[in-house]
Amino acid sequence: MVAVAVAVVGEHMGPTSRSRFLARWPGVNDLPFDPVATRHGPTVMRVVRAVLGPTADADDAWAETYLAALRAWPDLCPDSNVEGWLVTIAHRKAIDVVRRRRRHAVPTGDAPERPGADRIPEPVDTHLWAALDRLPDKQRQCVAYHHVAGLPHAEVARIVGGSEAAARKASSDGIRRLRGELASTEEGP
Amino acid sequence: MSADDDLFAGLDLDPADLARLQDRLADRATSADLVDVAWREVDSPFGSLLVAATRRGVVKIAFEREGHDAVLVDLATRVGSRVLRAPARLDDVTRQLDDYLAGRRHTVEVPIDLRLASGFRREVVAALSTIAWGHTSSYGELARAVGHPRAARAVGTACAQNPLPLVLPCHRVVRSDGTPGQYAGGVAVKRWLLAHEAAA
Repeated sequence: MVAVAVAVVGEHMGPTSRSRFLARWPGVNDLPFDPVATRHGPTVMRVVRAVLGPTADADDAWAETYLAALRAWPDLCPDSNVEGWLVTIAHRKAIDVVRRRRRHAVPTGDAPERPGADRIPEPVDTHLWAALDRLPDKQRQCVAYHHVAGLPHAEVARIVGGSEAAARKASSDGIRRLRGELASTEEGP
Repeated sequence: MSADDDLFAGLDLDPADLARLQDRLADRATSADLVDVAWREVDSPFGSLLVAATRRGVVKIAFEREGHDAVLVDLATRVGSRVLRAPARLDDVTRQLDDYLAGRRHTVEVPIDLRLASGFRREVVAALSTIAWGHTSSYGELARAVGHPRAARAVGTACAQNPLPLVLPCHRVVRSDGTPGQYAGGVAVKRWLLAHEAAA
């Protein structure tokens, strides 16, 4: 019942039928946070990992995303797309972590005092993280939100700014570059 | 995205990791007082029970056949939509329910929140705790006990809508002819509970 209500309210509906539907049914913000928001947990993790690697920082960004979402849930716009909204928050939280990392990345020979602050990601698939990391910010975000989280280009454009066409281009440029880099690392010395 | 699934397989989360993250989220959300309704599932001999609590106490116990998703939607509407699975917050009531269902204890004594029952219904369900383990009462007797001797039918309705079955033992209220009568968990569950208490 929860899944059905959200699917129907959130997607595949024009504005008129949506408002007519909402006149009779509660908005998403009236639905239980769990499971309506928490079932997107794996998607949110894919997004923060795409930006931060499979690190403790990604776990923190995931938790910060869900705490912020839980706090804001009752005030969420009733016809919101929950998944897109969560990805927007995850995007902001991941960027916050990147900014914090840069601030803490002091260029001295000293050993890092804060564990995790400038830790190298676990070697699960190091090539992918390294290659993602080398993409320009916009391409990395567009790849993460379209190819990793599965959001449509229009939704990605709303999150990162700019036009839908620009988001589509950044995403396909990013993928091409990523494939090229991964192929050359595998073949290279 | 299907063509690129191979590229991003490493981003997927292990289900055990997800469970660990969700537990930590529940702890942090509870400390930050962000949870209107904490819930968990509890195993029973008659399927999964949904147990939910507010800041005041246990607010709802639902049987599997009521549909847990539907119950969560109802709680979100009537109590608050910050609904979160938070098993640790329900450890005490879970342990007591386990003990009750195993016959190790006769009452479940936890703080309760009766906001889902109002007026006459609230009076009726509050009176249920006076019927002890192994005893039964008829709808008419309970009607007299709450001072409305002719309201046996309304007492039946109140019992059927008891938000806290097992904790407030509505299964101990039966028809005057001795047959079990209706029950939110189904007549079979009511029979099981009456036999369980008669045997111990």
